Order: sequence, then structure tokens, then C-alpha cells
Amino acid sequence: MTKTTSASWLKSRWHLFKESYLFYSFRTDLVAMTSMAIFVLFVGSAILAPLISPYDPYDLASLDIMDSEIPPAWSEEGEDRFLLGTDAQGRDMLSSIFYGMRTSLLIGLCAVALQATLGIVFGLLAGYLGGRIDSFLMRSADVQLSFSTMMVAIVLLAIFQAAFGTERYNDMAILMLVMVIGIAEWPQYARTVRASVLAEQEKEYVDAARVLGYPTHRIMFRHILPNTLSPVMVISTVQVANAIMSEAALSFLGLGMPVTQPSLGSLISSGFEYIWSGSWWITVIPGVVLIILVLVINLLGDWLRDVLNPKLYKG
Amino acid sequence: MSQVSREYKVMSDKIKLVEINGLHKRFPIKKDILSELSFKGGKITREQEQVHAINGVSLTVNKGDALCVVGESGCGKSTIARTVMNLISPSEGTITFAGKRIDNLTPKQLVPYRKKMQMIFQNPYASLNPRMTIEETLLEPIKFHFSEKNLDEQRSMLEHTMDSVGIDPSWGERYPHEFSGGQRQRISIARALSVDPEFIVADEPISALDVSIQAQVLNLMMDAREQRDLTYLFITHDLSVVEQFGSHVAVMYLGTLCEYSETQDLFDQPLHPYTQALISAIPNLHGKTEHIKMTGEIPTPVNLPSGCVFHGRCPYANERCKQEVPKKLEMKPSHFVACHGVEEGRL
Repeated sequence: MTKTTSASWLKSRWHLFKESYLFYSFRTDLVAMTSMAIFVLFVGSAILAPLISPYDPYDLASLDIMDSEIPPAWSEEGEDRFLLGTDAQGRDMLSSIFYGMRTSLLIGLCAVALQATLGIVFGLLAGYLGGRIDSFLMRSADVQLSFSTMMVAIVLLAIFQAAFGTERYNDMAILMLVMVIGIAEWPQYARTVRASVLAEQEKEYVDAARVLGYPTHRIMFRHILPNTLSPVMVISTVQVANAIMSEAALSFLGLGMPVTQPSLGSLISSGFEYIWSGSWWITVIPGVVLIILVLVINLLGDWLRDVLNPKLYKG
Repeated sequence: MSQVSREYKVMSDKIKLVEINGLHKRFPIKKDILSELSFKGGKITREQEQVHAINGVSLTVNKGDALCVVGESGCGKSTIARTVMNLISPSEGTITFAGKRIDNLTPKQLVPYRKKMQMIFQNPYASLNPRMTIEETLLEPIKFHFSEKNLDEQRSMLEHTMDSVGIDPSWGERYPHEFSGGQRQRISIARALSVDPEFIVADEPISALDVSIQAQVLNLMMDAREQRDLTYLFITHDLSVVEQFGSHVAVMYLGTLCEYSETQDLFDQPLHPYTQALISAIPNLHGKTEHIKMTGEIPTPVNLPSGCVFHGRCPYANERCKQEVPKKLEMKPSHFVACHGVEEGRL
């Protein structure tokens, strides 16, 4: 492939996308467009957090205890330096929220990537190979689902925290949360993928691939998998929202991100003690951000589901 | 047509290419294990009900033949096709290709045979991967089976194949949903031909197509047969297609073979009462034909009738037909019938 052909290929792909029903339905759906705009704004500010936030919340030396609990700039006692006020340690809320969103999104996306990898591989194996492998994997999924995600996460994280000590744990918190949330929710993916695989492998193109003598892994990953991806995309959006919420809940319970590297959940939790002393902004503002973030992701997921499944009418 | 079939007769110094020997295929009916258990004679036994899809079929496809397998729906035609292609394994019996047994090989051992035998499927809307472009679909088998060649050689093979079935090279970067049924079936045929096979199993390749397109696709397959010296196992339920396409016909009923013969011979002089009924059912424009009406329904393949499977609907059936399974007999050179009535000369 020469460079020109790949460029023209990209161009034709872009043209196809612009002509596609997906793009058309996006353009005509006000909710989807608004959600996408907010989502892009949030993700953008999370990625650019080190550049756009006025203070570095990780830099403990820059904190001044005298700046603590300053209300947002629009209230009477507010200061222009801190647009959304400060928390009990004197950290700028705006910067903390940018960084917190970064952490929350990172954990959410990584956890979902882990869930999806495990779930897709197990779902493909179960659906395509069938028989005992199918029974074993699906019964494991049933067992896994009979524990609630939160229960598994709380037990595991509490054990980790006790085993490693709080210091070590704080360093590994992101990894731990990704692992726990990722492993606890793989059955969602496995079941969806398995169901699509069962439907797809009845189709003759799979027989054609087998008749051509392709090895099993090639048939599974190159031929069947791409045809099962639309439901996977839909549940991925829901799962990202769920993972962000799980992380927030765990952090709120003190099992997630430490206060020194706040996520949205630990920000909410750190302000919770002060809510009755009038410092409502420390909890409420990150809370509102979390709700909006989860809401727009879910709205986008709804839109995607409607587009990819035309048989499902709204209403 | 008769001229063509005479040509086939000349080529009758035959090499056996595919042999099916005593093939049985049974599919278990899935139930939960508790309802399969029964209490009989003081013992708990597990009984699994089975669908008897194929019951002892033996067939030979000689090199250069176009063997058509006909029968009603549910008589096991497609099961034969899928078993020959090793998509499902036989319950009993063997399948050989060019003298070598292939039904017990592992997928890896089968790979060299995949290059020699290919399949064309019934539904052109399902037989192409919707997420792959036409070029990806057609180049993948070449890359897989001719990995020793370099990309340029592989591409020229692709172009040659596309050209031979009348696919425009510009179709390459498009996706299957952009094509009509007939075009897709061309692409499926191209995929089967891309590895340069000797033997092609076609499982009702034209029954999902528009009548005007059927002729085109059929001609394409006949041309390919001439150019590439192909051998076909052609599954169909359309007798007029058989007359057009087949050099030989095998008539099936409920998983068993009723009659096997050269096409013209079968149409001129059908021997088995089932074949006679089938052929009398072909609508024609000239005058009246005696339409043989059969009574009753096809029995269920779960509990096969005793004796000849056709006895319940056969107007000539007697006691022997109800008890004894008829054997395949060669009544004339290369015209086989499995019928007690024909054997005894009472019809």
C-alpha cells in the first residue's frame, strides 16, 4: 500500500461516515449532540487538566491552610482566585475536579477495557466452542453475578488494604480499582457476546470460513467477533458509567482513591463531614459533575442502542 | 440437452473422486437429562431420541460428473452436503476423496483437502461476511492456501478469479450489502473457485435467487465446470435445474437413496414409484400428463417406518415392503433403484 492510497482510503472512509445513518441520526438528535458536547468538554478538560487547572492539587507544598473552606466565587465570601471555592485543606476545587475527573475517567475506561477483554474472550469461547467449555464459563458467570459487584469490591479492597498497608495501597489504588471493577463485571460482556456468537455462527459465512479450512481462532476473532461488536459498543457505554459510579462509591466508602490523589468519589467523601457546617460546595459540586458525567454517558449509550438496533422503537 | 448428456457418456472411463459409503447421520434431540431417564424392566435407562437425517446412503461421484441430489425438504440433502464437506461428522460410514478417507481427519489434516473441495451456499445474504469487503473476502482464502506465493502473485490469482466469474474489479472495496442476491452469489462462487478446487458442493445455490438470475448463475457454474474441469455435487429440489445441469441424479426420500442414474435415463424412464411421482409433478406446457398423487405426509425422521421408508405413501406397497428394507440394485448399467416392486417386476 502506498501512502496515497491509504490517504484516499481514509478520505473515502470519512466520506462514508459522513453519509452514514449513524452520523445522520446523530446530527438530527438534539439530546445526543448535547450529551456528546458535554462529554467531549469533560473528557477534554480531564485530559488537559495539567494545562488548564489554575493550581496543582497534588502539590501539597502550595496549599495554605488559611485558604481552607472558601466558598465559590459567586457567593459573598468567595474569592476570585478560587472559582469553585476550596476544600478543607485549602485546595482549589476547580483544579481538584479536573484532576478528579481524570482519575475517574481513567479508572472507568481501563476497568471497562479489562471487562471487555475478559468478557469478549470468554464469550467467544463459550459461544463458539460450546459444550463443556460453554457450561463451565457460563456457570462461572452466574456465580460471579450472584455476588454484587460492590460486595466483591469491598471485600477484595479491604483485604488488599490490610495486606499491603495504607501507604503501599495508596500508591497502587488506581491499579487495584481497575482490577477489581474489571474482574467483577466481565459476565455482562461474556453473556452479550455469547448470545451474539450463537446467532452469528448459524450464518453461512461461518460455514464458508470453516470450509476454507481457517483455524478456529481466526474464525472466532476475524469473522465472528466483528459481527458481534454493535451490542458490545452499547453495553460499553453503560459499563463505563457503571464503573465510574462503582469507583465513586468505593472511594466514598474510603476503599478507593486516597484523599491525596482525589477522584470524584473521594472529593465527595472528603467534603461530606463539612456539609452540615455550611461548606456544601465541597461535596455538592463534584457530586453534580459526577451525575452529569454519568448521565451524558448513559444518554449517549441510549442513542447508540437506538441507532444500532432499528427493531427497537422508542416509545 | 441430449447432445450434452451423450458427451458425458463418452467420458465414462470413470475415476472415482468422492465416495460416500454407508453414511448415517443422527442428531440427538436435546432434552434435559431427567426427561431422558425412564424406568424399564426394573432398571433406570437413559433414552435419547434422535432425528435420523441420513440412513445408510452410499453414493459415488466420478470425476467430471455433476451429480444432482434431489428430494423434498427435510430428506437429508443438505446434511449430505455438509457431511461431505466435513462441517458435521457422520454417525456411521465413511467419506473418501480421491481414495483417501477424510471423515476422520483433524481440522489441520483437512487443510490440504479444503483446497480441493469447496462449497457454495444457499443463502447469498448470509454466506458473505458483512464486515469484510469483497476483496478481503476473496483474498483471504488465497493468502491462506497459497501463502508460499508473494503478494503480487496472490493478487493476480484474485484478479483471474474475479474475471472468470464476471466480477468487476471495482467491486473489491465495497461491502456485501451493496450487492444484489445474484451478484453476491457470484462473489460466493468466486470465493469457492479462488483456491482452484477440483470438487464443488453446491447446496441449493440458486433457490434463493430470482428466476432470471437463476439462469445466469447456473450458466456461470456450467462454464466454470467446463473451464476448470470441475466435479459437482449439486443439491436442489428443482427438477428442471437437474435436467439442465446434472449428468447424474440421485433421488432421496427420508434420508435414504431411492434411485441413482444418469439424468436423461432417469427422466425418460423413472423406475422408483417416488421418482415417478416427482417427475409427474413437473408442470409442462404440452398436453396432460398423468399426475401421480401421493397420499399422506412424510413420516417423521425421529421414528422411521419399518422396511422401505416410502411404504406408507407408495401405491404399490405390499407386506414385504413394510418389513424388509430394500437394497440398492443395478437394474440397468449405472441405473440403481432401491425398491422391492421393481426387483420383483410388479411395476
